Amino acid sequence: MALKMVKGSIDRMFDKNLQDLVRGIRNHKEDEAKYISQCIDEIKQELKQDNIAVKANAVCKLTYLQMLGYDISWAAFNIIEVMSASKFTFKRIGYLAASQCFHEGTDVIMLTTNQIRKDLSSPNQYDTGVALTGLSCFVTPDLARDLANDIMTLMSHTKPYIRKKAVLIMYKVFLKYPESLRPAFPRLKEKLEDPDPGVQSAAVNVICELARRNPKNYLSLAPLFFKLMTSSTNNWVLIKIIKLFGALTPLEPRLGKKLIEPLTNLIHSTSAMSLLYECVNTVILCVQKLRILIEDSDQNLKYLGLLAMSKILKTHPKSVQSHKDLILQCLDDKDESIRLRALDLLYGMVSKKNLMEIVKKLMIHVDKAEGTTYRDELLTKIIDICSQSNYQYITNFEWYISILVELTRLEGTRHGHLIAAQMLDVAIRVKAIRKFAVSQMAMLLDNAHLIASNTQRNGICEVLYAAAWICGEFSEHLEEANQTLEAMLRPKVTTLPGHIQAVYVQNMVKLYASILQQKEQAGEKEAAQEITQLMIEKLPQFVQSADLEVQERASCILQLIKYIQKLQVKEVPVAEEVIALFAGELNPVAPKAQKKVPVPEGLDLDAWINEPPSDSESEDEKPKTIFHDEEQRHSRHRQPEIDEEELARRREARKQEQANNPFYIKSSPSPQKRYQDTPGVEHIPVVQIDLSVPLKVPGMPMSDQYVKLEEERRHKQKLEKDKKKKKQKKEKRGKHHRHNSLHTESEEDIAPAHHVDIITEEMPENALPSDEDDKDPNDPYKALDIDLDKPLADSEKLPVQRHRNVETLKSPDSEALLVEKKSKKPKKKEKKHKEKEREKGKKKEKEKKVVEEEEEKKVICQDLHCLKSAVMDHIYCCVLFLVFFGAVLCLTLLNLSCDFFHLQTYDIQGNLQNDSQVTVSVIFENKSTSFLKSMELNVLDSLNTKMLRPEGSSVHDGIPVPFQLPPGISNEAQFVFTLQSIVMAQKLKGTLSFIVKNDEGSTHEKLDFKLHFSCASYLITTPCYSDAFAKLLESGDLHMNSIKVDGISISFQHLLAKICFHHHFSVVERVDSCASMYSRSIQGHHVCLLVKKGENSVSVDGKCSDSTLLSNLLDEMKETLSKC
Amino acid sequence: MRFMLLFSRQGKLRLQKWYLATADRDKKKMVRELMQVVLARKPKMCSFLEWRDLKVVYKRYASLYFCCAIEGQDNELITLELIHRYVELLDKYFGSVCELDIIFNFEKAYFILDEFVMGGEIQDTSKKSVLKAIEQADLLQEVRHPQTHLWSPQNTPMETP
Repeated sequence: MALKMVKGSIDRMFDKNLQDLVRGIRNHKEDEAKYISQCIDEIKQELKQDNIAVKANAVCKLTYLQMLGYDISWAAFNIIEVMSASKFTFKRIGYLAASQCFHEGTDVIMLTTNQIRKDLSSPNQYDTGVALTGLSCFVTPDLARDLANDIMTLMSHTKPYIRKKAVLIMYKVFLKYPESLRPAFPRLKEKLEDPDPGVQSAAVNVICELARRNPKNYLSLAPLFFKLMTSSTNNWVLIKIIKLFGALTPLEPRLGKKLIEPLTNLIHSTSAMSLLYECVNTVILCVQKLRILIEDSDQNLKYLGLLAMSKILKTHPKSVQSHKDLILQCLDDKDESIRLRALDLLYGMVSKKNLMEIVKKLMIHVDKAEGTTYRDELLTKIIDICSQSNYQYITNFEWYISILVELTRLEGTRHGHLIAAQMLDVAIRVKAIRKFAVSQMAMLLDNAHLIASNTQRNGICEVLYAAAWICGEFSEHLEEANQTLEAMLRPKVTTLPGHIQAVYVQNMVKLYASILQQKEQAGEKEAAQEITQLMIEKLPQFVQSADLEVQERASCILQLIKYIQKLQVKEVPVAEEVIALFAGELNPVAPKAQKKVPVPEGLDLDAWINEPPSDSESEDEKPKTIFHDEEQRHSRHRQPEIDEEELARRREARKQEQANNPFYIKSSPSPQKRYQDTPGVEHIPVVQIDLSVPLKVPGMPMSDQYVKLEEERRHKQKLEKDKKKKKQKKEKRGKHHRHNSLHTESEEDIAPAHHVDIITEEMPENALPSDEDDKDPNDPYKALDIDLDKPLADSEKLPVQRHRNVETLKSPDSEALLVEKKSKKPKKKEKKHKEKEREKGKKKEKEKKVVEEEEEKKVICQDLHCLKSAVMDHIYCCVLFLVFFGAVLCLTLLNLSCDFFHLQTYDIQGNLQNDSQVTVSVIFENKSTSFLKSMELNVLDSLNTKMLRPEGSSVHDGIPVPFQLPPGISNEAQFVFTLQSIVMAQKLKGTLSFIVKNDEGSTHEKLDFKLHFSCASYLITTPCYSDAFAKLLESGDLHMNSIKVDGISISFQHLLAKICFHHHFSVVERVDSCASMYSRSIQGHHVCLLVKKGENSVSVDGKCSDSTLLSNLLDEMKETLSKC
Repeated sequence: MRFMLLFSRQGKLRLQKWYLATADRDKKKMVRELMQVVLARKPKMCSFLEWRDLKVVYKRYASLYFCCAIEGQDNELITLELIHRYVELLDKYFGSVCELDIIFNFEKAYFILDEFVMGGEIQDTSKKSVLKAIEQADLLQEVRHPQTHLWSPQNTPMETP
């Protein structure tokens, strides 16, 4: 035994340490892999020993090997062992290894929870530090949830070293466990004013990162950050703060003005370029300064200058456009990063006027570019630039098509499919260009051998896909269809990729059909038969294809054509029937169309069509699945068949509706059916031009020609306009003399070459209006979009690890303690509320005596008492709110929304000074990307309820909303209503009209809504003492009524909270499962309630000075309670 | 910051720190790709490049490339500054640091980085306090191996090129 131990320690002396390992690897350059596998074997042996020092050494070596790319996940458990070593030396290594190789998929990671918790509370600050650092690398949602509370405690640690680490790691915790944000935020905010600069900067860091993602929740912190910005001298912190303000300013325009001064100070005083860059980035008014950056010889500054420029471009395109020369110059830079930035800028700079010029420049660059990646980038940029915002800047589509055709000459590009997609898109959507496009495509097909000749240029042959489809689909525009057909039937075609061949085959038939029709109409039976013969001769080459799709299509079509031949021999005219195969026009469909189809009523998409077989069955029946599937399919098929008639009827109805709907683009009768009776083009033998070096696709038009033509055309246009102007001038001689000399060609002056009708994409009828499409549900930061100003609810506490036995053996003492703790918490809140109350109080000009406030607090305490329960939730928190404000806030959640607007919540609030007035607060939120203005709210007055309008206006006049709404902004407006009687609930219909302004112009829109004044909204939560309450009941001049609701399962506290919240009552007294409640209407009616809870039911006895009011109130209450 | 890499001109990885837990396979792929891109760039070119959806900021010191990947909104120049600060820290700690120091004491290099940057955010901007923390922690760690100073003629001290 002793010998073994000695032997063990001697062995250890010969263990390799990290240095030995590194040296060894360097000495075994030839057989590194072998050496390392040998080392790993040694390490495995070392890990088996009990000595922690040996293990730590082994883990340290493993960490190094991990960096070299070796898998060490098998040692995860050993790493945890080393992490839990008591000595810092080993612990450090363990955590390092963990931080390098643990991730969410590591299964042993949950074993670390307790170890980390222990280290976090270690008396040694470096133990804690190392644990925090490690955790920051591999925190998972589970770890975040379990440790959030511990870390939050560390944020107030005595040592700044720990505090700053704890603050920083909180950001990671928030990301993984968003629920922790609200409870931890107050403390995080405190840290902004920490005496230690390190902690402070960490807090700034975290809050800035949070705020950048969801700025609107952090607006309230602006003053604090403003103070920090003017006082801090730390550049790192300043940059973060400026970034934060950059995110906040769009939300609060007034901030911008305030910021100008400190920012300009910084710009002038700082010597740090990074800070200057950040300032400039935020101010984005300093285009001239940027020019200096771009012209600088330092490549880094040049790059950043261009980057900042692209940000300015979004808001001030004009000021950037004047630097076009400089940016084009940057395209020649030898650094690819810079060239790419310049390209980005060009994208935003084009206009109708300069598009052709810019693209021409780019085309030259394409020719010059070395390296396919950059050339591909250029290609995509050209296409992006031209196709942006629905081809907005293209005035001449012939030019664009020829550009696309020229791009097909690019060698070895990966983006053939992009060009193809553009060709298809343009040909389909721009009707006027089809004839030209078809002729170009025919030429491409004719020269297909050039494009497809080189197998390496595979990417580009995608354009043949587009070419074949366009020629087939719009074959009526083809002049020499025969020639094209023959080009498509060449043997070379069979070398193309399968999916292209398939399209070839399909479109051949379209071509064939149209040729057939031509010939038949011209009475050339011979020629018609000849073309059939040609097809029958050539098609077999496709039938033999290895590609299934091609093979299937080809053999199908071959049979069809053989049949046609038979008919032709019998001299039966066939063309009409063949062409009918392809009748009808394809319209472009919007990409989102499918999503927007509304779900018809009564269709539950989540319901099973067939109940899934139970688990136990499926195990046994696996081999049978084929049959099983088949059965299912059958039953699915049967379903629609039953409704075939119904479907047909609906289809008819829809057609009718479309015809009557002016928003539908009516398709002209299919052009395919009108064929010109041109004499058939005789069979022309095609000479194969075989150029070994494809310099230029022969016969292709050059885009340059179009540039020249376009210039001439514009010049002519301009001249004509000038002429007209001169004429006008002659008429009004002398009046506008100066203006003419200053005349420059402006954007609007350029009319497109020919009438271009971009067919808009089709949307389904009743498309659902939704703007949610662009939001990414997987965005990790979205979860952190949390309102931070709302007071904390008790349920939002961070989970605290407790020992189980404590929970089960709860002594009365500990319970009392708990109560005390809970009642302490709200007191903290009280302070906050008081502040808010003060603000609100000012607004409402409500004067309250201190005594009254004291009384109010008492009531709250009572409420608190009766509400303290394990299920304290959101509602409780709201009730507190209500009592504190001392005002009635009836929150009727209402989600009126249309494309542009979101009338989010409105509050109806009784006016205390005037017993017949109610104030309604409406929050307007602009959800669109357009600017909303001239909003007017109008309500159809009823006899009882009227909107308070300014004097002199009629009942039909709306009340203007006193603000305008930029995109994404919300604001609140209040409207006052007068009422005569409040004993009944009221519903008012109203309309909101507004003007939507965006790039395309402005439109007038309307939104209808209903305003619901419930009886409860006329009540004001008023506290009442039990003796006053008793007197009131004794007085005897109250009417009585009662209700009973069955099937209530929620707790009594909860129930009371609901009544308090929804119906504005306050609790007077509560004994066991019985409570008295009180409220007052704005017209001074007293309402008293006695609520009793039975086994499963609740009875409410009410007394009120007005019987109608009481019965209506009780009806409303019944509805609320029956939902419980 | 998403991650930081140190690699040599020969394309040998010397240090990697990931601030977003990533699977090993993805890490390897990203490292390989990024090294290729960065090594292909010429000395006079700028230090920034866009790569995937990230921005990459790199700087070469002697034979070592320091390379950081940051997100779209982050400040490039401050990241450059961060790299420089880290090099300064290494230099102070090792005393004219060279690539070999980092190879043989790679865990120390990690510890310094961990004290300086945490979770992708700068933890302490003061060089002094970072070094103090490291020294303190080192004192706790008993000396396991006699510190052999490694020096070979072909490895010159690192300087800004």
